[in-house]
Amino acid sequence: MTTFLGIPRRSRPSGHGMGHNGLPDSPLRGHTSFPDAARSAVGNTQLRRNLGNATATIRAKRAAVVGELDDWEALRDAGSAVKQQVMARLPELLEQLEAQVTARGGVVHWAADADEANRIVAGLVENSLQPGDAREAVKVKSMATQEIGLNEYLEERGIEAFETDLAELIVQLGGDTPSHILVPAIHRNRSEIREIFLREMPDAPADLSDEPRRLAMAAREHLRRKFLSAKVAISGANFAIAETGTLAVVESEGNGRMCLTLPETLITVMGIEKLLPTFADLEVFLQLLPRSSTGERMNPYTSLWTGVTPGDGPQNFHLVLLDNGRTNALADEVGRAALHCIRCSACLNVCPVYERAGGHAYGSVYPGPIGAVLTPQLTGIDGHDDPNASLPYASSLCGACFDACPVKIDIPSLLVELRGRVVDADRDRTIPGGWDAAMRAASWVMSSGKRFTAAEKAMKAGRVLAGKKHKISSLPPPLSAWTTSRDLPEPPRQTFHQRWRAEHGSSDDAPAPGGEPR
Amino acid sequence: MSRSRTAMLQRIREAIAGTPEPAPVPRDYRHTGDHPPGSPAVVELLVDRLVDYRADVRVLAPDELPAAVADALRPSGSVVLADDAPAELVDAASASTTQLIVDRRSAPLSAADLDHIDAVLTTAAVAIAVTGTIVLNAGPGQGRRAITLVPDRHLVVLRADQIVETVPEAIARLEESDTRPLTMISGPSATSDIELSRVEGVHGPRTLIVLIVR
Ligand code: SF4
Repeated sequence: MTTFLGIPRRSRPSGHGMGHNGLPDSPLRGHTSFPDAARSAVGNTQLRRNLGNATATIRAKRAAVVGELDDWEALRDAGSAVKQQVMARLPELLEQLEAQVTARGGVVHWAADADEANRIVAGLVENSLQPGDAREAVKVKSMATQEIGLNEYLEERGIEAFETDLAELIVQLGGDTPSHILVPAIHRNRSEIREIFLREMPDAPADLSDEPRRLAMAAREHLRRKFLSAKVAISGANFAIAETGTLAVVESEGNGRMCLTLPETLITVMGIEKLLPTFADLEVFLQLLPRSSTGERMNPYTSLWTGVTPGDGPQNFHLVLLDNGRTNALADEVGRAALHCIRCSACLNVCPVYERAGGHAYGSVYPGPIGAVLTPQLTGIDGHDDPNASLPYASSLCGACFDACPVKIDIPSLLVELRGRVVDADRDRTIPGGWDAAMRAASWVMSSGKRFTAAEKAMKAGRVLAGKKHKISSLPPPLSAWTTSRDLPEPPRQTFHQRWRAEHGSSDDAPAPGGEPR
Repeated sequence: MSRSRTAMLQRIREAIAGTPEPAPVPRDYRHTGDHPPGSPAVVELLVDRLVDYRADVRVLAPDELPAAVADALRPSGSVVLADDAPAELVDAASASTTQLIVDRRSAPLSAADLDHIDAVLTTAAVAIAVTGTIVLNAGPGQGRRAITLVPDRHLVVLRADQIVETVPEAIARLEESDTRPLTMISGPSATSDIELSRVEGVHGPRTLIVLIVR
């Protein structure tokens, strides 16, 4: 059975797969293109059932708690505007954060890429351990440390990093990779988890059942001794307040509190885009994040700390500010919009493609709709054979992600923009199909501000064409390459470019976006 | 300062060069609730939310507090209090049959010590009704973060006037905490990582008891 995901394909000149694409190994880049990886995922019935149940459950919970707030749209507007402020004022906000953290006894480090961040963290761990200490650190789930492959880096240096989130523990013990930003073990069901625990946890009770409560208690026992004895903890951060130097970790299980409170040394690795200007901005984001992510009115635990508090919690605090492609993304209008993401995972749960293919098919620690935008932005796309080139096509452009996004990232428009660039970059193609012609036309239009403005006006005609159904079901060639297999949604009233211009001024005199070949 | 610091800041400045001043942030969301802090409606809402998280909640008159504390502590052999706990809490705990241990900032208990203590009794800084959240800000009676984390049973005493309806009202009150550590607690610790079925009590206290004094 094959599933058509709407991704234009062409035969590759040589074999592909592990290592054959000659691209560097990275937690941000898979070895297999999305359609190939998705085909095997979609063929896995168990995985599909788990994912279907999980995403449907979170979707319903999210919808219920979002519906409770009559000011939800106003909160989204505020969230989106705060993030725009952050991007526009990033240098001064980072310097302010650094000054505040330093004034409160913390140490701030700057890491240009994954390698530098890993080196800094490994050095800090080494320095914190006394001779005779176990060479280990406890970790609280963090996308940033996954992105840089920190656990693997530390392991190579003989330092064991223990993941302490239940889901991350399941993933780590199962020798697996996370499949969802928020529920990384969403692809495992209870009996699989029981088997992993019995096999990998020496202290698991022999009569362990597959009841979720029993499994959670086994994990509690397993990790408790680690928490009580750990010297070093490594975390990410959900937010960093520039004004006060305060960092925030939002969690459920209490493993975050354990890591942030009990060890002597705390090392936090954070992407530079996680800033909020003021403490008061928390009133927006502490409403947007829990409702969007776990579908709760509030997550069980949120910890906020500022530098070092004498006599309370870790007495050594290090903050590692991570670039790793973010400044590249920032220079590009698509990338900058994607950096607004607060990693709530709402867009994953509402995405029909994600629901069927699962997170692993995206080949990156950032899966789903936002991953399809962010991953190629952080790493760049290195020609058509780069698996990341297929990511912008991993979407049906249905728009559900945009509606769900708490900071109003217009993911479908960003994906369309990236598709144009992928096709344009693919210069050595042999047989141009209708798709390529259509996309090259789109790309030609998009590469010039004037041509694009003219095309935007033409899109208004598309709204007329779409009519009452708000769908366009047939278009003349070459655009029929799209409409033969699905309906084209009615063009939006305002395009991404029009909004960008309205919010950021003219794009015509802006520097050429980073991903553009010309 | 490091080379990467200079380079990163430089790259960011180049990336955002020419970006016009972004629009001011529209803050048209609700700042205050329908009901004033501590009003019966707000207390009722908080109780509803906490029960939903499967916390134990009781609303009491001031003179009922000692008996309620003793009652809540009955299953616990020992309880820890901060060294700046208000007299009413110390008295209530002393009157119970539970062994009382004080965590002194001058000689703090170790994590291993705390692991042998069954319960912790604290005050709180503020509570948010609409989200069922109790916030600790290391103020009087709340102690170091470790004491509310390691023992398995957390008993919190709230005054009704500490309960606000909305998140923005709470954040406004917390701005006064300066840079003290904050812990926001919405029910006992929980996980939904196994097939999304909620299990209460993973690493944090597995039982949360809230006594609200009218
Ligand atoms: S893009 Fe929006 S919806 Fe998706 S994870 Fe980020 S913030 Fe959440």
